Amino acid sequence: MAAVGASPSTLTDAAEVVALLVLLSEFAMLRSSLSRSQVRLYAFQSLCVSVLAAFVAATRHIGALYVLMSLSFVLKVIVVPTIILRLVREVRVDVTASHRLGVASMVLLAIVLSVFGVFVFGRLPIHSRSLPILALALAAAVILVAFLLVIVRNDVVSQAVGFFSLENGVSLASLVLAAGLPLIVEVAFLFDLLVAVVVFGVLMRVHHGRARTLSTRALDRLQG
Amino acid sequence: MGALLVAILVVPLATSLACLKASARLARALSLTSGAATFGLAVALIPSHQITTALGGWLRVDALSVVFLVAVTFLYATTTIFAIGYVRTGSGPVEARYSRRFFAGLNLFAWAMAMAPVVNGLALLWVAVEVTTVVSALLVAIDDTDGAAEAAWKYVLIASMGLGIALLATVVMYYAGSTVLGGSYELSYANLLGAATRFPPEIVRLSFGLAVLGFGSKMGLVPVHTWLPDAHSEAPTPISAMLSGSLLTVSFYAILRFYQVTVRAIGPDFPRAVLLVFGLASLVLAALYLARQHDLKRLLAYSSVEHMGILAVGMSFSAPIAIVGVLLHVLAHAAAKSTAFFGAGSVIRKFGTKEMSRIQGGIGALPWSGPMLVLAVLALSAMPPFGIFRSEFLIVEGGLAGSSTAVPAVLVVFVTLAFLGLSWFATQTMLTPTPDGVVRGEENAWMPVSMVMGLAVLVLLGVHPPPQLSSLLERAAAELGAHR
Repeated sequence: MAAVGASPSTLTDAAEVVALLVLLSEFAMLRSSLSRSQVRLYAFQSLCVSVLAAFVAATRHIGALYVLMSLSFVLKVIVVPTIILRLVREVRVDVTASHRLGVASMVLLAIVLSVFGVFVFGRLPIHSRSLPILALALAAAVILVAFLLVIVRNDVVSQAVGFFSLENGVSLASLVLAAGLPLIVEVAFLFDLLVAVVVFGVLMRVHHGRARTLSTRALDRLQG
Repeated sequence: MGALLVAILVVPLATSLACLKASARLARALSLTSGAATFGLAVALIPSHQITTALGGWLRVDALSVVFLVAVTFLYATTTIFAIGYVRTGSGPVEARYSRRFFAGLNLFAWAMAMAPVVNGLALLWVAVEVTTVVSALLVAIDDTDGAAEAAWKYVLIASMGLGIALLATVVMYYAGSTVLGGSYELSYANLLGAATRFPPEIVRLSFGLAVLGFGSKMGLVPVHTWLPDAHSEAPTPISAMLSGSLLTVSFYAILRFYQVTVRAIGPDFPRAVLLVFGLASLVLAALYLARQHDLKRLLAYSSVEHMGILAVGMSFSAPIAIVGVLLHVLAHAAAKSTAFFGAGSVIRKFGTKEMSRIQGGIGALPWSGPMLVLAVLALSAMPPFGIFRSEFLIVEGGLAGSSTAVPAVLVVFVTLAFLGLSWFATQTMLTPTPDGVVRGEENAWMPVSMVMGLAVLVLLGVHPPPQLSSLLERAAAELGAHR
């Protein structure tokens, strides 16, 4: 983003690359077997989304977006990852390999979902002045892979990170579709996310306190 | 009138904060007053014929909002009465701490649910629904058992993922609006409804589909209902009643707001088709699951899925009378389901189990709650003279007025099947001889009183709905495009 004097197409290309990084970090989260690295990947993904927010704020001269960007940077890159990392450290279990599927089939499934998302959303009749349409298509892929992450990984950290990264996907989509959304509403969204993080944290601790594990394999009592 | 709206939001919030500090006795008195006062304020809005706004356009209430506001606040009022009898008082610090948390949470939950129909605009509506999720997830977990922890985790995860999709729906709708209204505008209902006819159809369709999937996961529509039976069965009974009677309908309200804009933009065919698919799936699956439940609260939870299916199917019928029926169903279901949960709470207390095979002779053991629970179950099965009979009658009548008779026929068949499941429960557990070891009598007067109120409202809605309420329902149906 430092290249202020660069041509618009170069900037757009750079934005597309950053959007692609958002999707790649989602894949890495899916693949990663250490809870700590998942949380760090989430922080990196949030950073990418913040960079894109700064890009939109600069190119479209929306002052409110700078405020939003700083807020979401502080919350999603610093506060939320710190809270979850502390929780993981506290319970002293680093979940490894909680996959329901083999790594190969999991990644293959994620690729199929991403291709589906990119093609469906890429064909929508949408003309955005803030970011290329490819960013929206990638956001759709991020959301689908986030669902896969929650479904195929059975430990509470993966599932929580899956939800938070789903929210990153929606943020990315909203940068493309609704860059002008009133600031107060965006702040309300962020505040809600923070509250959700606290609730996730409380429930993770409750779960660990009762089951002595972060795996969700024990959560099979309620059926039918 | 604007001050009324502000009061509806301030009173429960202030009560919730006060409950954190107050003594147990004072917290109960405050909650009771707050519930009754909030319901009174909502009822005072019924005769108003214009749209009320407050706080510079942040709050806005039309006839549709009032219908849901009345349902939410009625449940708030009866649930506080029931909760006073249900939450055990004790002198120990553990009981005092539980009671303080419980009443603070209950009032906060009611506040969040009252906020959803009162705020102006799809974005604030989403925020309100998300707040209901986080508050209710903590309330589901409050009993601190293995089952409660499991249910709360499933609930918060599935509902939050669903609401992520609902947020995407909101953003997509914002984009649809920005093609007409320009890059930066308020997502208020007036703005959206005013410009909806010029929205791009594909985008509106995408938004509506995402909204039904997203909010549908909180409303309990099949196949995104899986958290619902767990949360309803593991939560404390007063919370189950509020989850089932008002939380699900608040999410339905959110879907109706998207429906309203979508119908204005692209006509009713697409939204009706989407709701029909989700509604029929919920109705059919829930009716089948009802027949094989062993847990009393799970039985009632599946009955909620069934009724949410009926609401969605009702919205897919073209005749205006069906929409009036759907809105009446929202009110009647809130009263009937909460009464049934209250009765179930008394039964579970008496027999110390949720397993239906171990509950015998409820009607003899509980001289008031027992018979009233049977009546509530009959009301849920759409027996006259209760309100659900009238609302389902209107829905089926509206369905038969349309082109297809197949869907109303399927509706009637599966409602009957659900009736069989529920009446099997009633005959096996309630209408059997009471075993010798069981002590006869109610635990206290609070719990039966809350049920009397629910049944009274059901009879009122079924026999003779007040004319002002009928007029409200017709105005709300007209707002949803029923005159087309």
